[in-house]
Amino acid sequence: MAVQVRVPTILRNYTGGAKSVEGSGETLAALLSDLDAHYPGLKGRLVTGDAGDQLHRFVNIYVNDEDVRFLGGLDAKIADGDSVTVLPAVAGGSAAVAGG
Amino acid sequence: MVRVLRIDRATRDEIIAHARRDHPDEACGVVAGPAGSDRPERFIPMENAERSPTFYRFDSLEQLKIWRAMDDADEEPVVIYHSHTATEAYPSRTDVSYAAEPGAHYVLVSTRDPDRDEFRSYRIVEGQIAEEPVEIV
Repeated sequence: MAVQVRVPTILRNYTGGAKSVEGSGETLAALLSDLDAHYPGLKGRLVTGDAGDQLHRFVNIYVNDEDVRFLGGLDAKIADGDSVTVLPAVAGGSAAVAGG
Repeated sequence: MVRVLRIDRATRDEIIAHARRDHPDEACGVVAGPAGSDRPERFIPMENAERSPTFYRFDSLEQLKIWRAMDDADEEPVVIYHSHTATEAYPSRTDVSYAAEPGAHYVLVSTRDPDRDEFRSYRIVEGQIAEEPVEIV
């Protein structure tokens, strides 16, 4: 089962500069583990929590045109031929300044 | 190497107008340009999914659509802008923690003073903030 995964510029140091890599897995969690076997360290930039079981808030991951946060997060189902896109979340704001 | 943001007046004015329009919420968006050119040419105002006076976040689905369109056109986000509505136009710790485009000019606008425009630009690389001059062309 092959899935194309598009990788943003900031994570391409893990993929030898490749914009797109191929992986496999029936869920997003399985796909990320498969990718990490070929591109060590990549998964650690995408998940967080003691068990590595939560999506990092600094990234958005999409299956086809859907944000995986609406598809069950790391449990999102992946099918052969799907395309997965990783983008850095663009966010911020003045709150941290106001709070010191 | 001192980097400079070169931006045309019309685009600068559009960014400020967007920030004023969304005040007191923070406004955000990008200016796309040909990859590698460092020329901000295509103004793209975006939704602040947080609709907040202290936070902003690009709507994730809108961002996917816009990033794909940039990719197809061989463009990149040359400028990533947002506004602060009660504080100075300087990156907050939150801004720095999210900054993921080392090649981008991070533009901050402050709308705290209705009569005075604050428009400043920064590089944010590996947690380090470097302000850069803005040249209006």
